[in-house]
This record gives sequence, structure tokens and C-alpha cells, in this order.
Amino acid sequence: MKRREKLYNRRQTTLFFLAAAIFVLAAVTVSGILVEERAAATDFSRTNLAPGIPYLFGTDWMGRDMFLRTLSGLSLSIRIGVLTAAVSAVTALCLGTAAAVFGSRVDAAVSWVIDLVMGIPHILLVMLISIACGRGFVGVVAGVSLSHWPSLARVVRTEVLQIKSAPYVLAAEKLGVSRLQIVRRHMIPHLFPQFLTGTILLFPHAILHEASVTFLGFGLSSEQPAIGVILSESMQYLTTGRWWLALFPGLALVFVVVLFAMLGERVRKLLDPASVHE
Amino acid sequence: MTLEAKKITFWYRGKKKKPVLSNFDLTLSSGERVGLKAPSGRGKTTLCRILAGYERPQKGTVLLDGSPLRKAAGTYRGACPVQMVWQHPETAVDPLLRLGTTLREAGMPDRRLLERLHIEEGWLERFPAELSGGELQRFCLARALRPETKFLLCDEISSMLDLATQAQIWHFLLEEAEARGMGLLIISHDDALLDHLCTRIVAI
Repeated sequence: MKRREKLYNRRQTTLFFLAAAIFVLAAVTVSGILVEERAAATDFSRTNLAPGIPYLFGTDWMGRDMFLRTLSGLSLSIRIGVLTAAVSAVTALCLGTAAAVFGSRVDAAVSWVIDLVMGIPHILLVMLISIACGRGFVGVVAGVSLSHWPSLARVVRTEVLQIKSAPYVLAAEKLGVSRLQIVRRHMIPHLFPQFLTGTILLFPHAILHEASVTFLGFGLSSEQPAIGVILSESMQYLTTGRWWLALFPGLALVFVVVLFAMLGERVRKLLDPASVHE
Repeated sequence: MTLEAKKITFWYRGKKKKPVLSNFDLTLSSGERVGLKAPSGRGKTTLCRILAGYERPQKGTVLLDGSPLRKAAGTYRGACPVQMVWQHPETAVDPLLRLGTTLREAGMPDRRLLERLHIEEGWLERFPAELSGGELQRFCLARALRPETKFLLCDEISSMLDLATQAQIWHFLLEEAEARGMGLLIISHDDALLDHLCTRIVAI
């Protein structure tokens, strides 16, 4: 039997998914910023309403619209995630490349620091750094970005080491191709897919750790509309039957995290020529 | 011109007690074709990499016309007079670049050379994965044969090719080496091939 031809090939569906995911994330981020004030508005005439219309996610004990609160919480989470992932990625790129390029001593030093940071449980490290930096926004950003770079740095280091000694680079050097040209033509194109994928896959980690540290009370302060804050506050009301206070914000967080993870996975497939025939 | 390996001792990291090469001497002059044979794992490829300047021996030096290769190579602007052709051509070209780009960055060889190696114009628009091993190996040869190239180190360049392609490549190389007065170091497991090609055979 003849196989029916697919309407769109995988590259197209992947690209479509990428665009959609980026659009959703951007929309959440922007609308979260726009509704921030309205999300904080209290109204005691509408406290503790169960989910319905017009309050999709219900309202809390101060009459705040949970949908708006969730939206601005997610927005804050995404912004912190992007910022920390960017800082982590730049750190990883610099240290990983330095380890691979500047000889065995630098390599030993960087590898030692990587092992050291990786040896401490993530959540503990984030908490300690956050407390040391005075909690709040600065604390969380510092904590998450200083603890998430090692795994990516390790990838960068291995990749650069490998490319540096690849026969095609050695051959190019021998043929008199300039250093700059070799880095631009032969090294960056091989490193970039790994690096970009690694960076995108840092987002979900960063967001989850930000939320958990905040939930535990070592992160963002309670007046900020963070998902961690919403979840920890709702804990005291769960036993009284107000399940919607935790369920929807929690689900929304999972949704964003999964979206980022899928985004990273698709980008990897798109950039990695070896997976074309999967 | 001569390419000289003097009292080379080399070991890989952590294996000082079992050096791959110890006190090894080899001289290769222009126009000479030296065959190198040894069982697997005895340092043929390592020697090749040392002669090309990719590995630094713990003891001994590699001299090009009497001065250390690393220094000598530095004084040449552009391509090094010692070039190496790898056993696996598919690792020796960047898989992400079109072959034309790879060839142009090393300096485009003249048309005549490409024609004699039966390299078609159309290949230059393709990616390495779209060529067969033999085609790619011919491409690598063309790239290594710069006008500056005085010594060519051939590390089992034909072991993965079929007989017809082997014959074609060697025939071409012999002619080219003779015309240019180029020195060849040929590594192979094939004794008959070495007997046929080389002016001198060295065993490790």
C-alpha cells in the first residue's frame, strides 16, 4: 500500500511548535506585567469564590483574582528564569571554554570548581546563596544563576576539547587558515547547537528552583506575586477545602516548565543534523 | 630538503614506562618515498602526528632542513610544507561545511590537479556526507597538495578504499611526487604495496 504523504514534514511542525511555544511564553510574560496591579487588588466583597465565571481560577481570602495572580506569578517566574539562565549560560560558556583552551592548570581549577558546585545539592546551594545575598529578587537570581552553570560548563568544555583536536581543525591549522577563521567557521557552528539547547533546558530548572526556594521562604518576599509565594500561602487554606488556591497556579507552573523543556528538546532536534532521520 | 626525526621518544600520558616510540630516528629527503611498516599499535600514526607537528615528543626533535619543525613551520606564512593525509577522510573535513568552502579556505588548487584526481566541479557544492569514502579521500589529497607542500605524510590513506581507487590514487601520487620532487612517507599494512611504491622501507 502506498504510504500517504504527510501534510507537513517534521521540520515544519517543529518550527510551528517553536513559534507557538515562544508566542505563548511571551504572551504570558507580557500580560503578567500588564495585570500586575490588578492582580494585587483586594476586594472583600468577593472573597473565597470557587472557580467559575468570571473568576476562572477562583478568588482567595482577600478577594484577589487567582487567574490574574497566577498570570503575574508566571510572568515573574519566566523573567527570573530567562535572566538566571542567561547569566548561567554566559558563565558556563566562559569557564568551559577557558578550561578547554588555557591548558591543564586552568582546566584542573575549573573542573574542581564544577565538581565542588555539583557536589552540593542544588536546592541547598540556592538557599544558602539567596540568604547570603539578602533574599528577595537579588538573592534568588544570584542563587539560581550561581548554581546552575556547572553542567552546561562541563558540556562546553568537553565539546571545545573535542573540536579543538578534531582532524578537520588540525588540518585547517596546518593549511594556514587563521585562528579567527577556525574559531568562526569550524568551532562556533559545532558548539552553538549544544550550547543553545543546554541554555534553553536551563529555564525549567531555574524556574522550578526559584519557585521552590520561594515556597520554602528563602526567596522572593511575600508581597511579590510569585508562584512560590502563592503556593506557600495557599497551604494554610487547603485543609479548609479551598483546593483552587494551589491547584491552578501549580498546574500553570508545570505547564510553563514542560513547555520550556519541550522547546529545548525540539530545538535540539532541529539543530542536530544526526537526529534528522529519527 | 629533509624532514628529520631525531631520537624521538614518546609516550602517552601516564604511560611513561611503556613509550610508544623510543629513540626512533627517521630521515625523509625530497623525492624520497619511505614506507613505514609495523604491527598495529606500534606507533605508526603517532609517528606521523609527531612528524606533522601535532604531538610534541617528550625527547628528541623533528627537524625541517636542520631547524626545529615548530619554529620552521612558524616562519612560513600560510600552509606548512609538511602536510598529512588522514586515514579516515570523513573526520578530516568539517561535516557542516560545503566542500568548496573547505577547499577555498585552504587555497583553491588549480583545475588541472582537480581533474587529475577526478574531482568534479559539482562536488564542491556538496556536503562531506554526500560523498563516498574514496571520493572524499581524493578530495583530501587535493587539499593537502598545496604548492608549498614538500613532504606528504600518508597515514594508511588507501586502506579503506577498493583496489581500483587505490591504484588510481597511488598512481597519481607517484607521478605528482616525482614531478614536484616531493618526499612521501607511506604507512601501510600492505607489504606488496610498500615494495612497489617505496624507495626505502623502515620498520618500527
